[in-house]
Amino acid sequence: MVWIVFLGLLLFSFGTYVLARRKAVAGAKGSQGRPHSLAGYHGAYAALWSAVPALVLLFLLIAFGGRLETALLSADLPAAVQQMPVQNRELFINDVQAVARGDHPSDTVYEPALQQALKDKAAESARLSQIITWSGWALAGVLAVLGALLALPRIAPQFRARNRVEGWIGGLLVLCSTVAVLTTLGIVASLLYESLRFFSEISPVEFLFGTHWSPQIAMRADQVGSSGGFGAVPLFVGTFLVMIIAMLVAAPVGLFSAIYLSEYAGRFARAWVKPVLEILAGVPTVVYGFFAALTVGPAFRAFFNMIGQGLVGGPLDGLGMYLLGVQNQMALVAGVVMGIMLIPFVSSLSDDILNSVPQSLRDGSYAMGATKSETVKKVLLPAALPGIAAAMLLAVSRAIGETMIVTMAAGLQAKITANPLDTVTTVTVQIVTLLTGDQEFDSAKTLSAFGLGLTLFVVTLLLNIVALRIVQAYREQYD
Amino acid sequence: MTDAALTASAAAAGAPQGIRAAVERRLKKRHAAERRFRAYGLIAIAVAIAFLGVLLTRIVVQGHGAFMANSMEMQVRLDPARIDATDIQGANYDLIIADQMVAKLGIADPTGDKGMEMKDLLSTDLGFQALDKLRADPKLMGSTLTLSAPLGADADLYFKGEMRRSTPEGERTLNDSQLDMLDQMKAAGMIQQHFNWGLFTRGDSTHPEQAGLLGAVVGSAMMLLVTALLAVPIGVLAAVYLEEFAPKNPLTTFIEVNINNLAAVPSIVYGLLGLAVFIHWMGLPRGSPLVGGLVLALMALPTVIIATRSSLKAVPPSIREAALGVGASRTQAVFGHVLPLAMPGVMTGAILALAHALGETAPLLMIGMIAFVQGSPDSFLSSASTLPTQIFIWENASERAFHPLTAAAIIVLLVFMIVMNAAAIVLRRAFERRW
Repeated sequence: MVWIVFLGLLLFSFGTYVLARRKAVAGAKGSQGRPHSLAGYHGAYAALWSAVPALVLLFLLIAFGGRLETALLSADLPAAVQQMPVQNRELFINDVQAVARGDHPSDTVYEPALQQALKDKAAESARLSQIITWSGWALAGVLAVLGALLALPRIAPQFRARNRVEGWIGGLLVLCSTVAVLTTLGIVASLLYESLRFFSEISPVEFLFGTHWSPQIAMRADQVGSSGGFGAVPLFVGTFLVMIIAMLVAAPVGLFSAIYLSEYAGRFARAWVKPVLEILAGVPTVVYGFFAALTVGPAFRAFFNMIGQGLVGGPLDGLGMYLLGVQNQMALVAGVVMGIMLIPFVSSLSDDILNSVPQSLRDGSYAMGATKSETVKKVLLPAALPGIAAAMLLAVSRAIGETMIVTMAAGLQAKITANPLDTVTTVTVQIVTLLTGDQEFDSAKTLSAFGLGLTLFVVTLLLNIVALRIVQAYREQYD
Repeated sequence: MTDAALTASAAAAGAPQGIRAAVERRLKKRHAAERRFRAYGLIAIAVAIAFLGVLLTRIVVQGHGAFMANSMEMQVRLDPARIDATDIQGANYDLIIADQMVAKLGIADPTGDKGMEMKDLLSTDLGFQALDKLRADPKLMGSTLTLSAPLGADADLYFKGEMRRSTPEGERTLNDSQLDMLDQMKAAGMIQQHFNWGLFTRGDSTHPEQAGLLGAVVGSAMMLLVTALLAVPIGVLAAVYLEEFAPKNPLTTFIEVNINNLAAVPSIVYGLLGLAVFIHWMGLPRGSPLVGGLVLALMALPTVIIATRSSLKAVPPSIREAALGVGASRTQAVFGHVLPLAMPGVMTGAILALAHALGETAPLLMIGMIAFVQGSPDSFLSSASTLPTQIFIWENASERAFHPLTAAAIIVLLVFMIVMNAAAIVLRRAFERRW
């Protein structure tokens, strides 16, 4: 239905385009001298005025019509409903709207009185949404006609239609470039808003420095916002552990491949190896997660169990027993696979950095009789050090924010440990676990995910800003 | 570097022979170090390529089986003695069919155990088909239908060699007598192996043998369409503004810094944004392709902007100047000349950004694209699953038979991504222009 409205609007504005164009052409014939703008600009001017305001209204209707209806619906609820707790009230309204749409409502059982209210409200909801939709469409129609009526009389040979249309285009361009800023604002605002709600229940100090993480327990009614459930330190430790393991894999492999590619490899090797590394970069993280969970995890477990088997009964019996009990999900698996994922990231960044070191430094070193490796170690790396440090920081920021691999391979047990064979959990895993599945939006449990998200955002942002600053300063040094 | 000093000290010792030997020894050492260093680089690259090789091989090894399926055709008599005509839904069709199968194989089944064992070998799809046909036409009661359906998931695994008779009986899901029955069915020629079309014609299911990717592929396509329609125009126009029109002032610098930082925000944070803004605040439906597309569009935006800007930068200023020189306005010069020349680069960047968006999973989990969805989504507002989330859901499934399916889904996803990347490369090769 809404498509027909859009189509109608489009047709209407095309009609205005044709009309305005004709008028401009006719006017040009009648007047002396050249008209200011091409006929097409006159047409576009009129079409814009007839289409854009109505389109804006239609989009607002789609984006906020539902909220408006809910607000109107919630304005006069029966007394019995108003006395319900907030969550039940929201559920009731959801059910009302589901009934009105003809969907299945939730399985909640209502008392007879409430059932009647549900039916009444459903009818009201259907009526309200009809009123909102139709009045919105009517208003859009009025806007379209008004725009056309306003624009058409202005069409004349001397009318500066091109400048007007270019004004519209300029406005559109500015609007588009602010979307990026709006996204940032949206991220910051939504994270801050929900986190503030969370921190009004749990103190930030407890969140940042508490050592006990068990948000599931806090769901129980007798323990709402109970103390001790929201200490995020175990998550930070787990994230850090996985990140360190990943960097231990990615940093040497990535850096050495970059050095080889930029200093040793011939044209042919470069042409083949670089795309292969790019494939590694293009593999979706969920695929890495699958690989970690079903290939690397079992393989590592079998390996450690085998070693354990050999040690049991010997002088290292305790260690052997421990290795026998190692599970598929361990920090090491997630870390190693994440390291593989980061290899191309580190190597392509380092490659860029090494390539931007001026050739004269290399030449100078070779002229002194240094070998290639000596040049790399004593000249290039010191010169490129800030840039490479920045590349590593960017990789760290990626490792911290990576979600799928750890979700599928690291596990859910929040504990403070530095043992890579232990199951750990990370910030991102907890965000996923807390927010998947159906749940209301108001419990401390759900909101804690936004607290974690805010922490994650701030940390990665700081890492990025620092890294980009370093890269910039470094570039300027050699440019 | 230190050779000069070395030579000098050796000369002081006054033995020309000694100098030469010392220099050569030292040179040998340095060359060895050089070779070692070079080897480290080669090893690093070999390790990276080996990782890629293992990753891809493992996925192909695990997933290729799911592209073939074993199915069977059988005659089913709708036995009035076992189906209550007044309550056709009440009968256990799976068991009726299984009993008939056992009888057909000529296996004595006094206790009914064999029938139960057979039931686990067949897909529940057979029973559903029988019920559907009978419900559509109650007169079929007592007649014989010809039904064909995939084999049950465990039986399928047996024929694909994923389950072996040599494994101790307690460690497999089928017992010896079930395997005997399967062998008999195979010997009787009842079972055909063929390409698994169901993988592309069915939606998700809780039964592995009936699960397919259609819903996920359609969901991904719809979501990507939303992403493309939003991210590409907005990204290109934003880049045009920043590159061609924007005055150099603190505001535009701020926007630029902003875009660079957005490109590095973890994807899960975008998911939180989508959850809070699109679902909670705007009230758009959870798990719909529209919301997924919106979130991915915001994620792809910085990439599109950065790619567009670099290809706009590559268009030489002489083009702009020539256009302005013959009287075009700045808008006309940009949209009539500069942007069309930059278009190949823009499209390449856009396709790469979309290919990346196709594989993105974490933000989709946040906005609820993880629910079980049967069939394919019928509108942009209905609940949908996508290829990456389907992979995640199947990977979490406990049944063994979902693992090959997961790997098969990964192969399908990778094929789509490879096609998109190849398209981008072809586009770049075909239209690339050096000034």
